[in-house]
This record gives sequence, C-alpha cells and structure tokens, in this order.
Amino acid sequence: MTTPTNDGTEPRGIPADAAPMEYDPSVPEVDTSQEHLAAIVTNEEILALPTEVSGFGAGNVGEVLLDVKNLSKSFGTVKANQDITLHVRRGEIVALLGENGAGKSTLMNQIFGLISPDTGEVTIKGDKTPIKDPKDAISRGIGMVHQHFQLVPVMTVAENLMLGHETTKGGFLDLESARVMVRELSEKHGLVVDPDAEVEDLPVGTQQRVEILKALSRKVDLLILDEPTAVLTPQETDELLGVMKDLANGGTSIVFITHKLREVLAVADRIYVLRHGAVVGQVDDVAGTTTTDLATMMVGRSVVLNVEKPPATPGEVVLDVADLHVKDDRNLEAVRGFSIQVRAGEIVGVAGVEGNGQRELVEALAGMRKVTSGRMTLGDLDLTKANPYATHHAGLGHIPEDREKHGLVAAYSIADNLVLNEYDQEPYAKGGVRQFDAVRANAEKLRDEFDIRSSGVAQSAGSLSGGNKQKVVVAREMSFKPKVLMAAQPTRGVDVGSIEFIHKRIVAARDEGAGVLLVSAELDEILSLSDRIAVVHGGKVVKEMPADGADRAQIGRLMAGDH
Amino acid sequence: MSEWISRNKMTVGLGAVVLVLAYLYYFADKTTALSMYRYSWSYAVPLVLCAMVGVIGERSGVVNIGIEGQLLVSAFAGFFGAAYSGSLLVGVLAGVGCGLILGGFLAWTTVKWRMDQIIAGVVLNIVATGITSFYYKPGQLLPALMPHVSIPVLSKIPLIGEVFFKGTGVIALLAIVIVIGIHLALFKTRWGLRTRAIGEYPSAADTAGINVIRMRLVNVTLAGALAGLAGVFLSMDSTSSFERGMSAGRGFLALAIMIFGAWRPLRAAAAALFFGFVTAAASQLQADRVINVPPQLVGTLPYVMTLVVLAVAAGKVRAPGAVGQPFVKEGK
Repeated sequence: MTTPTNDGTEPRGIPADAAPMEYDPSVPEVDTSQEHLAAIVTNEEILALPTEVSGFGAGNVGEVLLDVKNLSKSFGTVKANQDITLHVRRGEIVALLGENGAGKSTLMNQIFGLISPDTGEVTIKGDKTPIKDPKDAISRGIGMVHQHFQLVPVMTVAENLMLGHETTKGGFLDLESARVMVRELSEKHGLVVDPDAEVEDLPVGTQQRVEILKALSRKVDLLILDEPTAVLTPQETDELLGVMKDLANGGTSIVFITHKLREVLAVADRIYVLRHGAVVGQVDDVAGTTTTDLATMMVGRSVVLNVEKPPATPGEVVLDVADLHVKDDRNLEAVRGFSIQVRAGEIVGVAGVEGNGQRELVEALAGMRKVTSGRMTLGDLDLTKANPYATHHAGLGHIPEDREKHGLVAAYSIADNLVLNEYDQEPYAKGGVRQFDAVRANAEKLRDEFDIRSSGVAQSAGSLSGGNKQKVVVAREMSFKPKVLMAAQPTRGVDVGSIEFIHKRIVAARDEGAGVLLVSAELDEILSLSDRIAVVHGGKVVKEMPADGADRAQIGRLMAGDH
Repeated sequence: MSEWISRNKMTVGLGAVVLVLAYLYYFADKTTALSMYRYSWSYAVPLVLCAMVGVIGERSGVVNIGIEGQLLVSAFAGFFGAAYSGSLLVGVLAGVGCGLILGGFLAWTTVKWRMDQIIAGVVLNIVATGITSFYYKPGQLLPALMPHVSIPVLSKIPLIGEVFFKGTGVIALLAIVIVIGIHLALFKTRWGLRTRAIGEYPSAADTAGINVIRMRLVNVTLAGALAGLAGVFLSMDSTSSFERGMSAGRGFLALAIMIFGAWRPLRAAAAALFFGFVTAAASQLQADRVINVPPQLVGTLPYVMTLVVLAVAAGKVRAPGAVGQPFVKEGK
C-alpha cells in the first residue's frame, strides 16, 4: 500500500505527443550561416535558432553533450568505476540510479574534474580533452550540485554565486552586479531567494536553490544533481522536479543521481543503473518500467520493497514522553513541548523534515542531551535525568542517527562493538575482568543472525561497509531485547539489501513485544513500517494518525508546517 | 554610510566614547597623555603587524602559531644585517626576507605536506630561539637610526596627528596603510572573497574552480613578510638593539589580539592599541607612584590581559570554519 508503484499516472519526461516548441517564424533576424553556427556556445543562442536549424526543441532532444566511453577508476583495490559507457543529449534528463557505493558520485566527480579517471574517455560537446579540474569543467558548461552543499555558510547568496567568477569594479568586488545576477536568474527560473541572505540562515531547501542558481550562473549546458532530494520535503521535492523539467525544456541537460525510484520515474527520459561500479542496465523506455524492475536491477536480485507485516497488537504504554523541551547545540530550543506515547508491540513513526528537533529529541531520550523541562518515563522508571548508561539498562535500545559518531568505535573489533553497552555485565565480564570467550561467542552468534558480512569478528568495525556497520549497531541494540527500541534514520546510507533486512528486524522486534519509536526523514520508510505516525514540525507533534490509510500528501503538508 | 553606521552601532558608539575620553585627557594633561598615547602605539605596531599575519593565515584556514619565531628571526636578521652591512636598507630587506622564508616554510610543511599546523609552528619557534641565541653577538651597533618623518597637514591634527603622523617611524606609518589595506582587501576584493572562502569552506571554493592549495601557500608565505616587518620594527626602530628572546611572546599576544578582533583587521588594530594603552597606563601609574607594585608584576600585564581577553572572547567570536584543517581533495 505504501511504496508507490508506477501506475502510469505520474507525469514523466517529455510526452511523445507534446506540442512542438513555440517558435515564432516572424523573427527573421536569425543568422543561420555555418560560421555563426560554429561559434555558438550557449543554450540561449541555440534556442534563438529555428528548430529545423538547431535540431532542438521539446520532444526533440539535441546533439550528444556528454559522451563517456569505457571509463574506469580504482581506489586502491576497490574498483569504483569499471568500463562505464554512457551519453547524455541536450535537453535530456538522464537518471543515474544505484545504491550507495555503486560508483555514481565517483563517476560524476570525474566528469566534473574533481578526480581524474584511470582509463577511458570523456567527451564534452565533441571535445575530447581530459577535464583538468572543476574550473575546466565549469568553463566547458558543466555544473554540479553536490550532495553536501558546496556553499560558504557565512557568506551571502550573492557572494556565494559570484565566488570563482567575480566581477570587479576598479579592483573592488562588484556586489551589486552579483545581486542583479541573482535576481535575474531567480526570476527566470522561478527560484526565489534573497541575494543578501546569509546562507547559514536559510533552510536546506532554499540552500539547494542557491546551489542550483550557482550552477546556472555559469552558463551551464549539463547540470549534474547528486542526490538532490535527500534533504527535501515531499513538496520541495516536487518543486525541484518541476524546476528540472523546466530546465530540460529550456535546453539544459540534467544528470540526476539518486536511489529514489519514484522520482526517477517521475522525471527521467532515460535511466542508467549502476551496480558495483559498472553500468548493469539501461532503460530508454521509462514509461514501460516499474519500481520493482529498477530495484531488481539495482540490487541484482529481486527485492521486496513492501514490508510485509501482520497487524500490530499494541499492549500497554511502555514509553511516555510528556511536554518535553530540549535545547540544541546553539542553545536554542529545538524540542518544544513534544509528547508521545509508545505502546508495547507497535511501531510509532516520527515523520518530519530534518532539523525540526528530531535529533535533539532522540538524544534527550537516549540520555545524551539535557532535558530543559518535561518528563519521560519507560515503564515505571523516570528517565528524564538519566544518562545513556541508565537508559540502556532501563531497557531502551538506541540505533543512533550518526552511526560513525555515536554507534560504533571504528577502531574496535566487531566483537567489542557488539558488547559496547554490556561489556561490564555478566557473562562478558566477571569480577571486573573481561571474558573474551563470551564476547566472541556472542559476536559469532550475532554475526550469523544479523548477516554481518566480514572476514571475522575480530575485524575492525571501521573497515566494514555502511550497511554492515549498521547491522552491527542494530544487532547490538536488538539483542538485549529492549523494552523500547528507538531507531533514528536506521537505513540512512545503507544499501537496499540491508534496508530490507533491517526493516524486517524492526518488525520482528515489534512482534516480540518491543515498543518501537522510528524517527526517519524518509517518508517512504515511515509509511511502510509504522503502525501509527506522528508528524513533527517546529519541535512538537502537530498531528498523530494511524498509518493505515495515511495520506502522503497530507503528511507532506504537515511536515512543511502547513497545519 | 548611514547604513554602515546603523549596522555597526556598537563599534561606532564605543569608538566615539573612547575618542571623547582620549581627547578629554589630552586637553587636561597634554604632555603625559601624548607620551602615553605614543607609547601605546609604538607598543601596538609589532602586535598589529603580527595580528595581520594571524588574520591572513587563519582566514585562509592555516593556524600560524609560529609568528613568534618569524618575529624573532626577522628582528635578528634585520639588526645584524644592518650592523654588518652598514646599511639600514639591507637590514630591513634581510628581516622581511627572513619573514617570507619562514612563512614559506610554514606554508609548505602544513599546506603542501599536511604536517600538523601546531607542531610546525612550534618547531619554527624552537628553531628560531636556538638560531638567534647561538649566532647572537653582543656589542653590535646599528649604522644609523631609522628615519622618522612627519606627514604634512595630517601631523597638525591634535592628538591623532601628533600620535600617528608626527615624527613617526616609517614602519609605523606603513602599518597603518597595511591594516587598512588588508581590511579592504579581505572584505572588498576578489582576493578577499576567495581567501575567506578557502578558510571557511575550502571544498566550496574548490568546486568553484579556485586552487585552494596554491592560494593558501601564497597567502601564508606573503603574510610572513609582515612578521618580518614587525621584527625589523622591534630591533631597529622601537629599540636599536637585538637581545636574546626579545620578541617576548608578542607573536602569541598577536594571536590573542586576532581573536579579540574577531579575525577582522581593523578590530584587531583597535585591540592592539587597547593592549598598548593598558601597558602604558600601568607604567605611568607606577611612575607616578599611584600604585606601588614591583615592575616585574606590571610587566606581566599584557600576558594576564591575554588570558582575560581570551576568556571573555571565548564563545562570542567564531573562528573561520576550516582553520587548522589541511585541505585534501578526494581521490587525488
């Protein structure tokens, strides 16, 4: 019911029966001589030409802009990209689909000149010269919006846009022209931002607009968007997809890197699927494919996208949070009166755009952050002032959002990581002395049970892949049979196979009687796992609803603060 | 202009109050006031220059804890360069040159070879102390005094002109130009925008096509010249001799001043003047026998102030985001 399937109603690409692009033949002043055509460099100039001359228009994609042939790149023994061949035409939206670590970003970083390929050839607009650095890529019409925004937080929008191609007047920066540029681009592409706003004060959705504007300010022909929707609300995502289509209709080619199948089906003209660094599939007929097909290609085997779970049988309340107030790192109130009850045997999903107090809430519940006011109880224990040691021993399992920072000690072995919060308890320690046999036995058992792929339990946790690291954390937090399991972004940066596994385990924990509090920025995850959904905005629950029959669009509006 | 004032109410207000107080004292006791003010400025000159070294370095993302060493070696090279060659100009060039070389040393070790920035700075300081002590020879004299000049018109302004433009050393005059120049450059030019970008968020600068490594190398090296100038001022202008360890922690005070000045050149200059004034006031009070404490205790004042200032400033000002982190491009 929850994972959206391609039912054919979603708009995608440029429809085959689209009206030809508007071209006014009454403008006779266009120079169509060969000399002039050869000198053309920008989209504006090409679009000024009659369609029959440019060969370009809606539904009629233009020449090959980017041509990648047999590209390979290795980091040490890891083959990040193997023999990749693909091309992008003018005005096309090409999706690059693959799991984390499939080599999508590596590929794009080579096209953008951030890293250089070992072998292979990248041709841009017929020019085979290797791309030296980002500057070279930019000057050849390639723009990239990185997954982690490449904006200087303390600078204004205008300053960020001019960085690298500043205009000066008498030796001094010409900020006014940068402001004008921001306003003009904003207007032209319908991306509204204040040129004088400091980037760090802007919400992530707006920061991304700034990133896109920054790329557009460089007269870009090919725009690479690396996981652009990861931080957006559903509404912002839809808006972005709209912008992408407008850009493509205006002649900009787009490479859209993502692992979200729904979005790919919504906008892509063509799809390349990457796995283990190689192109394993190409879809030219996007209308004729489904999310299941794509997921199978991505993972290499068929995956169950829908979590199958029997109806919940909620018991008594195990976790009771009442009117909680918590401050963030900047000492501003991030959680403002959060209340929720979680019953044994149910999964409560906390949906919300990141930065609405979820992180602070989770940290407060785990005992990692001070509670300003309010109360939280687990069973009949008051945990309001408890530290992480106490919350764990009270029966709270915590899968933290940042596993590298709070979930694991990278230098420790898998075995030690699996007893990080029980190391001083029997049977892992007796009379203050650690019992390594017990630690190892526990590790061997959990490794099999949780399918942690490693060379052995003595391997350091830091050397595992993201999915396996997460399985270590999940195994530890579930194996002590917690009364309440709190999972924050449990599948972030984890491959599809592991996601499937972790989701199953969370449902299994519920069925064994644990109360589960699931905090996730992935609405699909919330929708497919939860029995009950609490939407947060501004640090408190704005609405609670049963997951059955929950309306995606309504949740999206609530997440955006429209309530 | 009016917009600028409304944005900087605190600064303008504080500046006005300080100026009024300074003039009141000036008109009350002209001789004492002037001598105190002139002492403050002469004390502040090397601090201001060294603070600029820190500002440029940290704004580019490189901590320079070796300013102290750059200062000491330059003071040494300046003094003995002039004494042996018999030419002040040779001395100045030797001092500034040494500042540049040590700036280059710091730049290449930390930026290019990604050595720990603190350790590189500490090494520089230790080497500086060793070399200058080992080659030190007593009994040398400068061939002449450094030229002091008065700027027409400007030197006629009561107080300000008399302190900054009347019979002042060339380096002190230059320091004023340098501070204002760096301030404008940092906030109003292409170089400044890029420098702030590589110190705040180098990968953003990198993806915008800016060569982060090269820019850091150049900035840190060139800033060394300012430490050189400060060293020359110390041994050839404010005193006419070189002594072992004569930098006396000024390179570190400069870092405190940089922080107190929130990594802004003009504010740092004001902070340096404040340091100078407090020192001058303490000596004056002692000379007048208003306070009766041993001179050694008065001598510790700048260092005690550093502690206080850092404790007060801590958490209120924000360092450039990427300070202390070597820039590594992924996959290269």
